[in-house]
Amino acid sequence: MSNNVLHVENITMQFGGVVAVNNLSLDIPEGKIVALIGPNGAGKTTAFNCITGVYEPTNGLVEFMDKPIVRNHPSGKMKKIYKGENADKYLGDVVAMTPDKITSLGISRTFQNIRLWNSMTVFENVLIAKHMRANQNVFSATFRGNAKEEKRMREETMALLVEQGLDKYKDEIATSLPYGLQRRLEIARALACDPKLLLLDEPAAGMNPQETEELAAFIKEIRDKYNLTIFLIEHHMNLVMDISDHIYVIDFGKMIADGTPSEVQNNPVVIDAYLGVTE
Amino acid sequence: MSNTKKRIDRGSLITLCIILLIFVVTVVLENTINANSLLFTVIRKGAVYSLVAVSMNLLNGFTGLFSLGQAGFMLLGAYTYAILTIPNSVRDTIYYLFQGSSFHFSLLDIFQGALGETFGLIVAVILACICAGIVAAFFAFLIGLPVLRLKSDYLAIATLGFAEILRAIFQWEKLGKVTNGANALRGYPTFSDFNIKNSSGMIVFRLSSFVPLLLAGICIAIIVLLINSSYGRAFKAIRDDEVAAEAMGINLAKHKQLSFCISSFFAGVGGALFAMFASTVQAKTFTSAMTYEILLIVVIGGIGSISGSCLASFLYIACSEWWLRFLDNTMYIGGTQVPLLRNGFRMVVFSVIIMIVVLFFRQGIMGSRELPDLFRRKRIKEGKSDE
Amino acid sequence: MEFLTSQILSGISLGGQYALIAIGYTMVYGILRLINFAHGDVFMVAGLLMVYMSTVMPIYVSIPLMIVLTVLLGFVIERAAYKPLRSAPRMSVMISAIGVSYLLQNLALYATGGQPKTYASIPWISNTIHIFGAPTRVVTVVTPILVIILVVLLTLLINHTKIGIAMRAVSKDFETSQLMGVKINSVISATFVIGTFLAAVGSLLYFTNYPTVVPMSGALPGLKAFVAAVFGGIGSIPGAVIGAFIIGICETLIKGTDFAVFSDAFTFALLIIILVVKPTGIFGEKTTDKV
Repeated sequence: MSNNVLHVENITMQFGGVVAVNNLSLDIPEGKIVALIGPNGAGKTTAFNCITGVYEPTNGLVEFMDKPIVRNHPSGKMKKIYKGENADKYLGDVVAMTPDKITSLGISRTFQNIRLWNSMTVFENVLIAKHMRANQNVFSATFRGNAKEEKRMREETMALLVEQGLDKYKDEIATSLPYGLQRRLEIARALACDPKLLLLDEPAAGMNPQETEELAAFIKEIRDKYNLTIFLIEHHMNLVMDISDHIYVIDFGKMIADGTPSEVQNNPVVIDAYLGVTE
Repeated sequence: MSNTKKRIDRGSLITLCIILLIFVVTVVLENTINANSLLFTVIRKGAVYSLVAVSMNLLNGFTGLFSLGQAGFMLLGAYTYAILTIPNSVRDTIYYLFQGSSFHFSLLDIFQGALGETFGLIVAVILACICAGIVAAFFAFLIGLPVLRLKSDYLAIATLGFAEILRAIFQWEKLGKVTNGANALRGYPTFSDFNIKNSSGMIVFRLSSFVPLLLAGICIAIIVLLINSSYGRAFKAIRDDEVAAEAMGINLAKHKQLSFCISSFFAGVGGALFAMFASTVQAKTFTSAMTYEILLIVVIGGIGSISGSCLASFLYIACSEWWLRFLDNTMYIGGTQVPLLRNGFRMVVFSVIIMIVVLFFRQGIMGSRELPDLFRRKRIKEGKSDE
Repeated sequence: MEFLTSQILSGISLGGQYALIAIGYTMVYGILRLINFAHGDVFMVAGLLMVYMSTVMPIYVSIPLMIVLTVLLGFVIERAAYKPLRSAPRMSVMISAIGVSYLLQNLALYATGGQPKTYASIPWISNTIHIFGAPTRVVTVVTPILVIILVVLLTLLINHTKIGIAMRAVSKDFETSQLMGVKINSVISATFVIGTFLAAVGSLLYFTNYPTVVPMSGALPGLKAFVAAVFGGIGSIPGAVIGAFIIGICETLIKGTDFAVFSDAFTFALLIIILVVKPTGIFGEKTTDKV
């Protein structure tokens, strides 16, 4: 009955002997913009990958709309070398949905290092994201029994491109676009999956201050327009402080603080993590 | 918008016309010039190889899965086709080493009995081809379950290994009553059975080169439709970036399996056509060298180009069966023997050409373009000069 | 009992010969991530070279000369067919390897005219001896010993020499090693030289046991050696050797039963099983791809 779209509980991700994410718990309320910040190598992207099913976390639980999408406990060899906490809390059923299943439930994402399909046009990049929600099967698609649906998919794609101001580039090869537009295209592609929760991995990376400002407005705009909840990783503090309703701070895989932007800004632990411990 | 649409149609239209023209010219030539000309061997074998090369391209070029099992699936298709269509009257003589076949069911007999000579033949052959495809696709499904999770180069070796296993199984004597062991299967309908004969058995109208072109053409057309559908786009997305594809909701396991099965289906049909071309089926024909040959055709044509694969197939077959034949024969010019020319030299020249393509013309003939693109490009240029 | 002993003995010997080929595969894969499809054919060419040279010169000249020429061939193949593709996608390099394999086979076909060639019998190692009452050839006993000696030498080379350290560095991280000043090209050449040297030695032993050389002679032993390398965990030399011995022994044992037809198929079945159960092989390390 909670109004949390995403509920992450005690997620630990251990690669061999290295603990990349350590006992991370967080909640993302519906309709909010939540940020995950932390120094380089703190495990932010790994946390994203655990939520989206790219990695199977060693331990912990992730629930989306009150349904478990990931649930695991250390097993096999990992049982012996596990360094995290709560090893016995999630025994029993293992839930490990694949990324595509999680996307179909309504989580979609962008990537830190842009991952567009490089041989395809802008239009096709967005169109392919519509594939998931189509009712066709391989026969109807091949023999054009799905003409209506195909037409609808193309129209929706076009509408989305127009909304994102990408329509004039629609026949360009995606990776030939300027960097900023590629980021925007990645967001458009993620929106084409009809998500409820959008994960943005460093959306402002490589942008200048003016572009970053525009991005802030843009993120708020899509949140309202598509009734989204947004969870983002970002380094641009101005952007984060400007748009976030809530901020989680991690360092060395562990949560060190959370709160509203002003609370986090004044938290000495956070300042230490970013500037080095002052003793 | 409408302008672009028109242009696309025009490019495809020209391509369609060319294909139609080839069909017509084939039929005309077949009935006018010497029917034993090597040209017709090239057309028949080229058509069969086109289909197999395109089916391999669907997997390697469009889905990014590097599989080397093509010969294995062709073998399955060829045997399925042969076993289903050998008339019961000749079965026992073909299987004489194993005291007859354990299989007394012939699609050819059934349909020729029910529908008459001609229609029975057509229906039986088409049905047998589809069955050949289904058997190949079914085995692909089974092998795909474990193997498709592997990374590209392991996948190549595993599929190659699978083809070798199949070849061993089909030569096993214990299965002799079904596969005729290591001996050849024959007696089933071939391309020349499609020549129209009059009542006294004289050929009045030849279709034996047109039929393989038509059958392969239909199959390739289906593959083209698939590639241009939503599923084809999903395959390309997997090829370009698996992680992104999965994150955008494309089920990797399902789509890879789908592509693998469809590719194998058409390899199976290609195997059936190959059986019709060769008029005997023997497991030892379908070696890994055959797969390599097909792979090299795909490379020469351009990985990711259907028309490239077709073009390369005909070129390759024409060179190996016809144009470069002279390299294999000792030749005398003015009493002195031309050096190097003797049996096997053709294949050496051939492999050198292939290495040159692989090393210096990595795009192949077409790169990832298609035939209609070529005409379209011209159109755009013309359009620009008009402005 | 006698039969079983001789089966196991020849299995070990065959395994040793596969091991010598497998090391070449596993080292090249370790460094270039390339299945060198041409490696088996280089092995075949080594056999043919020996056939032709032993007719015109004494054995003690032709053996070292054959080894030198084979090594040279391996070196040239790398320089001509793989080096230009260093920045190309891996699939292109693999296709190039298949092309080289095709070229070597066709060259061999041209040279031999398709006739099987009989291998020269090398004195001493083709003599017959009796072990536990089972008659066998000296080569059967020599092979495993030679393999062990060569592997020990190779391990010493890899662990203690400069080129060996460079090899290990390159196999861990190609680009970083390049940035750290490792001469990539000479390391890769050295790998090919070592690999083909071992394959040449392997061909001496193998063709003493199976004394006909045809253009396709290298294809199957090559593939089986590759399977051995995967079985042991690709990139790992001891893994490849152990894998090769297992495959050699199993293959010879199967040849003695009713399922002799499947002795080749068995290897590939084993491959598929190992890839499904433990894709990294017995000694392989697990890696997680970074997203």
